[in-house]
Amino acid sequence: MHHDFPDTANSLDRAQAQSSLNAFVTLATADEIRTAAARAPAGVMHAMPVAVKDNIATTTLSTSCGSKILQGWVSPYEATAVTRLRAAGAVIIGKTNMDEFAMGSSTENSAFGRTLNPLDHTRVPGGSSGGSAAAVAAGICRIAYGSETGGSVRQPAAFCGIVGVKPTYGRVSRFGLVAFASSLDHIGVFGATVDDAALGLQVIAGHDPQDATSVEQPVDDYRAEAGMPLAGLVVGVPAEYFPASLDTKIRAKCDRAIDVLRELGAEIRQVSLPHTDLAIPVYYILAPAEASSNLARFDGVRYGTRLPSDDLRGMYERTRSEGFGPEVTRRIILGTYVLSQGHYDAYYRKAMMVREKITEDFAKVFASGVHVLFTPTTPSPAFAFGSKADPLDMYLSDIFTATANLAGVPAMSQPIGLVDGMPIGGQLLAAHFREVDMFRAAFALERALGTEALT
Amino acid sequence: MAVSDADVRHVAALARLAMPAERVPALVRELNGILGHMAVLESVDISSVEDDARSAMPRRDDTVAPVPLMRPLADFAPAPRDGFLLVPRLSTHSQLGASESDGDE
Amino acid sequence: MSTAMIADVTAGYEMVVGLEVHVQLKTASKAFCGCSTDFGAPPNRNTCPICLALPGALPVLNARAVELALRIALGFGFTVNPRSIFARKNYFYPDLPKGYQISQHDQPIAEHGSLDIGLVVDGVPRVIGITRAHMEEDAGKSIHDRYENATAVDLNRSGVPLVEIVSEPDMRSPEEAGAYLRILKQILLYLDVSDCNMEEGSLRVDANVSARPFGQQTLGTKCEVKNMNSFSGVEKALAAEFRRQCGVLAAGGTVQQQTLLWDGHKHEIRPARTKEGSSDYRYFPEPDLPPLVITDAELARVRETLPELPAARRTRYAAMQLSGYDVQELTADPASGPYFEAVLSLHGDAKAVANWVNGEMRATLNETGATWDAAPLVPARLAGLLDLVKDGVVSSSAAKKIYALLLTSADAARAIAEREGLVQVRDDDALAGWVNEVLDENPAEAARFAAGEKKLTGLLVGLVMKKSQGRADPKLVNQLLGSRAAG
Ligand SMILES: [Mg+2]
Ligand SMILES: [Zn+2]
Repeated sequence: MHHDFPDTANSLDRAQAQSSLNAFVTLATADEIRTAAARAPAGVMHAMPVAVKDNIATTTLSTSCGSKILQGWVSPYEATAVTRLRAAGAVIIGKTNMDEFAMGSSTENSAFGRTLNPLDHTRVPGGSSGGSAAAVAAGICRIAYGSETGGSVRQPAAFCGIVGVKPTYGRVSRFGLVAFASSLDHIGVFGATVDDAALGLQVIAGHDPQDATSVEQPVDDYRAEAGMPLAGLVVGVPAEYFPASLDTKIRAKCDRAIDVLRELGAEIRQVSLPHTDLAIPVYYILAPAEASSNLARFDGVRYGTRLPSDDLRGMYERTRSEGFGPEVTRRIILGTYVLSQGHYDAYYRKAMMVREKITEDFAKVFASGVHVLFTPTTPSPAFAFGSKADPLDMYLSDIFTATANLAGVPAMSQPIGLVDGMPIGGQLLAAHFREVDMFRAAFALERALGTEALT
Repeated sequence: MAVSDADVRHVAALARLAMPAERVPALVRELNGILGHMAVLESVDISSVEDDARSAMPRRDDTVAPVPLMRPLADFAPAPRDGFLLVPRLSTHSQLGASESDGDE
Repeated sequence: MSTAMIADVTAGYEMVVGLEVHVQLKTASKAFCGCSTDFGAPPNRNTCPICLALPGALPVLNARAVELALRIALGFGFTVNPRSIFARKNYFYPDLPKGYQISQHDQPIAEHGSLDIGLVVDGVPRVIGITRAHMEEDAGKSIHDRYENATAVDLNRSGVPLVEIVSEPDMRSPEEAGAYLRILKQILLYLDVSDCNMEEGSLRVDANVSARPFGQQTLGTKCEVKNMNSFSGVEKALAAEFRRQCGVLAAGGTVQQQTLLWDGHKHEIRPARTKEGSSDYRYFPEPDLPPLVITDAELARVRETLPELPAARRTRYAAMQLSGYDVQELTADPASGPYFEAVLSLHGDAKAVANWVNGEMRATLNETGATWDAAPLVPARLAGLLDLVKDGVVSSSAAKKIYALLLTSADAARAIAEREGLVQVRDDDALAGWVNEVLDENPAEAARFAAGEKKLTGLLVGLVMKKSQGRADPKLVNQLLGSRAAG
């Protein structure tokens, strides 16, 4: 949809011209960008403008996580992913807006204002990585980085009509990604096309000794999957992702995509992931629990905003209560509750066990010879601002994406058509460290759908 | 087990979050709504599941160099003084004289 | 307060003590980051994004810390868990940067041990049960008395690796607690895993104390006593806290569970500042650190590096017919044994070597403050001196003079003996000359001796030694006189 993509210079112009989207928390200056582009090493991303979510540590620009408590925070160290981007020649033009500490699915929960969906300014861009999705959808840059804990890259990618990839847990280092829920957090990539997303992932993938959960596994050449035939590829279609309640228009677009994959030579197989409906309950116990601990470091002692009080207790409570927004507060309370005395076994421990069952579901299906799974990315297209006032409604918009974070399997979303004039995403999932299978199907589907993806 | 006002206040205290009385009822309602949705987990059979199936953790050499700070602590700390980080004293300490925390509890 | 009064208050009550010992491991860098563990650096000098808990920083475990923890586990004979889990212990305190301490909760690296504390009560050797040993990181320091109305935080210690050794409530007196701690420290020093310096905090002891009427099976309410900076301080604190609890019970009251601090200057117990709201730690498995897996192969590797421990060394030395005192002295610290054995290997007479090592050499070290591995006399030079005594070349009194000179000169013992004219005279003519002179000068004694009055031998030998200015070899003089006496 974006034939011409800008160089670093007019990338900034486009960002400024579309400042009303509020896609960025901070933008680099023209001088900074010029210097960075001039000094950029001759890598695969030489002088390519990219946008980075505001929760990934950079030593230039802010890393404020969409939160008052980190307003203006500039990290004294850099995330491993960012170091690899710079080494590849990329130029970071700005830090993108997000739901505070990545807690949300609409980018309405940012202390720095909401981000608009470039395709319809009355609708959310999705979240929590809404700023990065909007930056790519608005043609500001062809590659942007986000983070995922329950679908925060795939869901906004679907809402904004672009490609979003969540790699295998452990494939991309989390060092420098401000933690929300450590066992579920991933750095993810947005691309205008499957190839952009493949390039974006290629550059940051690979083992990092600074992250004990990063895995030593050779990194495949994802872009080489372009044009590969689908003959022999087995695509599973899990019944649980096509409930009777699913919007028939979304189902129709999914069926079209599945037909295309079949015509391309893939074998389509009906499969079952029986514990899918438990993903949201498990996710909303584990994620807040880990978050309540991960966000304890924001105490006003060593960095960030401190609100004065003559008593330590008062300083803690003022700093944290006034520094965190309502959704973050809600999740800290929920997470602290499920970990507290008398509740741990009933909630946290039980959720950990059920998480294993969800992981087993995927293991069984992939062990049965299925290479990739195809599902809708979201139960609806981008919704209107303020339309999900009840937190539980908002949480349920992650229903098709949270499973991949719980199981740690790679997953991606790509445009497969319009519903009510707004794009919807088709999701591909693969086995651990089998991103290549996912990309092979995605490249073929993107090519075969062509402009149909916009209808 | 339903969440009570007291639970919310207790948990807020543990999390060092001020909890104005007027916010409690809404949070109690929301938490019960969310946790109600979690009840489905009770019925799941997890007998076959082993605890913590994660694989072994890597270890690093004792002699690696620390990750450098591009800016010194005193540049970004809210209240640096003589190299220390200052915080308001715990109210329970104010009348007490010399002594330091023993660090680990 | 008079001992009589103490006896009154505590009479009829039994002290029950369990100890938690935090051992700071001897690593170059912290448990989860590359920062130095050096003691005494300027405040917050040894900090980085990880131990400052900056947003996005992640921990990676120090392999050396695991190795030292395994040395402790194997050295004390604990059971090592093939999989142990790091957990987050959540509480807010200014010197705890992440808002949680990375520790081990329900799956520690080692469990189920015991320690013979070398005391015998009612004919039964006292063996104290050890519940667990787990790895964890230290917190920083909060200094409350340096600035007006402010607490000063220093995070140099934040993240330093510790092993916490938790005993069963098996000790019944301050003496038993003291013995437990001294044996524990001795073995830790042999294992070379920690400096065990209580002043610098590399060894910290928290005590759980309770009192109950003798014969009662159930435990009384326990209180935790912290802040002791010496073993004798621990013993005093236990006695004081026991006295306090007995007082409460004797007055019909009930002991309230609480944490108390020992004031080493005032020699008194006072309530600790409570760490507000820190009662519910919300432990859960640390998601940033997968399980710690210990293979049998790794255990075997570590076992091979274990040094000889005090008990084994004591047995070996006792088998050399050394006195109990000598064995105790030679095994008290890890270093005197090797010095003793180095001299022994060159000289051969264990008793003689032990006498000199525990006598002169230990005294010299105490005066000079030198260590055994850098002793002012290398083993060969001391052995050389002992050889001279054994071969009768010098007398033991002369040897003491030579020892002093060995310390101040590079010459060998024999050279000094000759230079100083301390070599014993063993030449028959010279000895006969002195014997004849003595007999001539003391005709009466000579006659009685010749008549067979053997008991005069000592007197005559003494006179000969005097005439020879101590240079005659007393053995030979004896023989010579013997040959003059009537058979
Ligand atoms: Mg501890
Ligand atoms: Zn550090």
